[in-house]
Parts: sequence; C-alpha cells; structure tokens
Amino acid sequence: MIEFRSVTKRFGDGTVAIEDFSLVVPSRRTTVLVGSSGSGKTTLLRMINRMIDPTSGGIEIDGEDTSTLEPVKLRRRIGYVMQNSGLLPHLKVIDNIATVPILNGVKRALAREQALELLDTVGLDRSLAERYPNQLSGGQQQRVGVARGLAADPNILLMDEPFGAVDPIVRDELQRELIRLQRELGKTVVFVTHDIDEAFLLGDQVVILETGGRVAQVGSPSEIMQSPANEFVASFIGTERGKRALSIRRTARGRVLVDGAGRTAGVLVDEPATTGHDVDSAANSGADSVAQVTVAQDLGADATTGAVLDAAAGPSNEPSGLLAAEPIVR
Amino acid sequence: MNFIVDAIRWILDPMHFPGPNGIATRISEHLLISFFVVLIASGIAIPLGYVIGHTGRGKSIAVLATGGIRALPTLGLLSIIALSIGIGLTAPFIALVVLAIPSILAGAYSGFEAVDRRTVDAARAVGMTEAQIIRRVELPLGLPLLIGGLRAASLQVIATATLADYLGGGGLGHYIFAGQQTQDYPQMLGGSLLVIFLAVISEVSFGILQRLVVPAGVRSPSVTSRRTETARTDLGRVEVGRTESSETITAAGSPQTKGTT
Repeated sequence: MIEFRSVTKRFGDGTVAIEDFSLVVPSRRTTVLVGSSGSGKTTLLRMINRMIDPTSGGIEIDGEDTSTLEPVKLRRRIGYVMQNSGLLPHLKVIDNIATVPILNGVKRALAREQALELLDTVGLDRSLAERYPNQLSGGQQQRVGVARGLAADPNILLMDEPFGAVDPIVRDELQRELIRLQRELGKTVVFVTHDIDEAFLLGDQVVILETGGRVAQVGSPSEIMQSPANEFVASFIGTERGKRALSIRRTARGRVLVDGAGRTAGVLVDEPATTGHDVDSAANSGADSVAQVTVAQDLGADATTGAVLDAAAGPSNEPSGLLAAEPIVR
Repeated sequence: MNFIVDAIRWILDPMHFPGPNGIATRISEHLLISFFVVLIASGIAIPLGYVIGHTGRGKSIAVLATGGIRALPTLGLLSIIALSIGIGLTAPFIALVVLAIPSILAGAYSGFEAVDRRTVDAARAVGMTEAQIIRRVELPLGLPLLIGGLRAASLQVIATATLADYLGGGGLGHYIFAGQQTQDYPQMLGGSLLVIFLAVISEVSFGILQRLVVPAGVRSPSVTSRRTETARTDLGRVEVGRTESSETITAAGSPQTKGTT
C-alpha cells in the first residue's frame, strides 16, 4: 500500500505543482492517475520513488516513510517504466533487463538467465536478447522496458505514460498484455496517462486530477462513469458529448447506439434488464475495437440514463459510455 | 617545387637520421612532448568537463573560458611564461597544455551533454548511483566526442610543439629554427614536412579510434542489415492485427443479421 499524506510540491520558481494531495494506493491493484498536462500526475508518480521529493507532507510505502529510505535503494525495489522505454542504447536487450539485478549484486550469469525468462513473460522472443534497443520496434522496446521494470521482482511498478509513443494498434496490444501480466503477477501498479480510455481500461482505481494535483474524483471506472463527481469529471470523461454520450436509435437492422457526434458506436445486443444490477456480459464478445454494448444498469421503464458496458472486458467490466436518453419506443 | 624536392632529399638522407640531432631523436622528442602535453591537459580537462557535463553547471563559464583560451597566441603566452620561469622545456610545455585544454574540455562536456537526458533520467530512476550513471551511461556514450576532443587537441599540439625548441626544448622545431638561422631551407622545410607527417598519422589513428569507441548499439552500419528484419516482423504484426480486426467485423456482423431475421 502506498499512501500520500498531504503532499505538497513547490518548485524553485514558486509554481505549485501539487497542493495538499492525499491518496491511498491499494496493494496488488492498478491505480491510474489521469489528467491533462499540468495536473502534476508525473510529479506524483516520481515522488513515490523519490525522483522528486515533496516540499511538505510525506509518502508511506507499507507504513514506511519514504523520506527515511535511501533513494537509490528505494528505486531499486520499485519498477519504473517510462515513455520511450528509457533503455540504455549501448547495452543489449538482455543487459538492459539485467541492469537492476546486477546493481543489486546478483551474479551476472544468473541475472541474464532471469532476463531471458522475463522476455518470455512480456511476450518477446528470446532471439531478441542479443539485439540493441535501436534494432527493435517501438512496441518491442516498450516490452523490454516493462521486463526491465519487473527484473528485480518489485512489489511496486510505476508506469509513466508507457504506451504514449506507440501507434494505436501496438498500444492496444500492449494494454491487453499489461492486463494479462497484472492478472498473473498482481503488482501494485501506479500508471500515469492523459488518456481517459486507457485509464478506464487498465485501472482498478482511477484518480482524475485537475491542475495542481487536486483530486477531482477517485473511484472505479464504473463509479466514475455512473456518477461523475462534478462538471469537470463529466466533461473530462466525455459523458456529456462525444463518444460516451450514447443514444439508442432504431434502424431496420435492429437497435444501434449512436454517439454524440451522430456516429454509430455499436449494436445493442441485450434487452435492457428491468430489474437488478446484474451485468450480462455479451456472450458473443468480440474485440473491443467494435463496440458491442450491453446495457448494464437498471434501465427501468422511464430510466433516462445508464451505463453501457463494453463486451471486451478489461479486469472489470468497465463501462464504455452513458446512455443519454431513452428514445426506445416499445 | 625544387624546395620540396630538396626537403624530401634532406629527409631521406641517411646521414640525417641517427645521432643526437638526428631525425629519429627529434621525432621521438616531438612525440614525447606532445604525448605528455595531451596527457596532462587531459588530466585537467577531462574531470572538469565531466563535472560540467554531468551537473550541467558552469557550462557558460566553460564555453567563455575555452573560447578565450583558444584565442591566446601560443607564442606570446610562451614568451610571457618563459620570462617568469626561464628558459627550458617547462615554459613551452605549459603553453602547450593551455593550448590543448579547450579542445579536450569541450569534447568531454559535449560528450556528456550529447547523452539523451531521458536515458540518464531512466538510469537514475531504476536505481543507479550518480557514479554508476557516469561510469555506465555517460562515459561510454560520450566517449566518441571525448576522443574527438583529444583528436583536435593532439593535432594542435603536434603542430605547435615546434615551439618547444624556441627556447631550446628540442623536437622537430629544432630543424625549423636552426634552418632559419642558417638559411638552410631544405632542412627547415624538411622539418615542417615531418611535422605534417606526424599530424596526419595522429589524425588517422584518432579517426580509427573514434570509430572503434562508438558503442555497438549506437553504431549505424550493423543496424541497417537487422533493421530490415525488424521491419519484417513489424509487417507480420500489422498483418496479424488486420486479420484480428476483420474477424471482429464478421463477429459483429452476425448479431446484425440476427436483428433482421
């Protein structure tokens, strides 16, 4: 468990990056810090491994105040994955992965052997071990970055917009891969992104940040989608307009969902449940690129809004939008 | 042309080769002076350059200072030093060290500076100490530029080390000064040609060294052959992605058909 206690960060030039920020990051779950630039999300992330020290307040990891820990030692037991992989260009893939264990005093041969196993873990072929980072594609480099982050078998994994610089197809693949890894490994992941879709896809807990690290809302994706705390959150997650403001339209082929821009977002496959909160996952779930949607919340006869679930579920069934109106005529 | 032919004839004359004033002795003197000058200048400039490059502090001062030192006329400096400490090898030696420092300093700190800050940041974030960052990241990645600085400094020093004999310090400069005094122009030009020869040798060897120290992962030639491989894997990946999406389209098509029936 990581706990931020009234953390404030003022930089030398007087700008306040973070003001009185408190948060509990639960263990073995993925917490996503999401916000636009200037929200201080990266600053918060970097405070966990003391790349940045808070001006006041403190951070505890499993009850231990990080300010009492030696930064280098602390960093070696926390995995760190960054945008553009941050791999050392002059080291082979295998040596990049083995960097931290070797720093920790693990024998070179053993560290390299473990590095090979980590290549398997992140879904890379072992033949890439002897390559240099610039001989890999962006997606492959990011996977190596994740492998390096996992190399010392840390409990905590910090990820700073790790998929920000790869193309959408590869990003998709990496996100799915991360979900799989997290299911297997159960690390305490703190993930920073400006992409709300990514946050809802990966996060067990999503923290929406306004400027200055002010917490707009903390909750599971469903909670945030179903009851946005304020206008800011609602507009940030796009439930008022755009692709999360869904409405049902009857067509000759059946009912379809249309987003705020009038584009068809998906096909309604389930009848709206009249009672209960049960989520009936679509049986014929396909990839999430096609929005097959199922109405999740109790859309009573006169229900005006409800959450719509994406069939290709992440760790939880995260909603993909809100039904803005109920124009169904029975 | 006659002068040059005479000068070459002078160099090739076996009589001029051995002895205390022979070409062999003068060349080794010249090389020894140059070597120790570059060595001592490195001892001063490399640590200083690394501190500046690693911390990013004092860079503007370093740029100003190196520019200023470069503009110093070595002969004038030599005379001033000689006036205060007297005749001998020490004065030219100091003057040459001062001449060599700017190039080496620039090579050292620009080598560090050229290392991507994100790479350094990542190294720090995974838990390297500052010393480890310097040794394992900045040093190997900045080495080519440092060697470039040494290369420039060596060239300047070899060319200017002729001044060592201005106050009787020996080296190939002896032929130039002695030749001028006795109006023995073949000897003077011969000495100059030998200096040029040494300078070229230095350039070539440093050029080779500079190529050798480029870290493997940063070198481009070996990459090209493998990059095509990577490109191929990428193509394969995109194709996989495409089949997946076409599958989903068919999957999504079925409920639509159901809807019509």
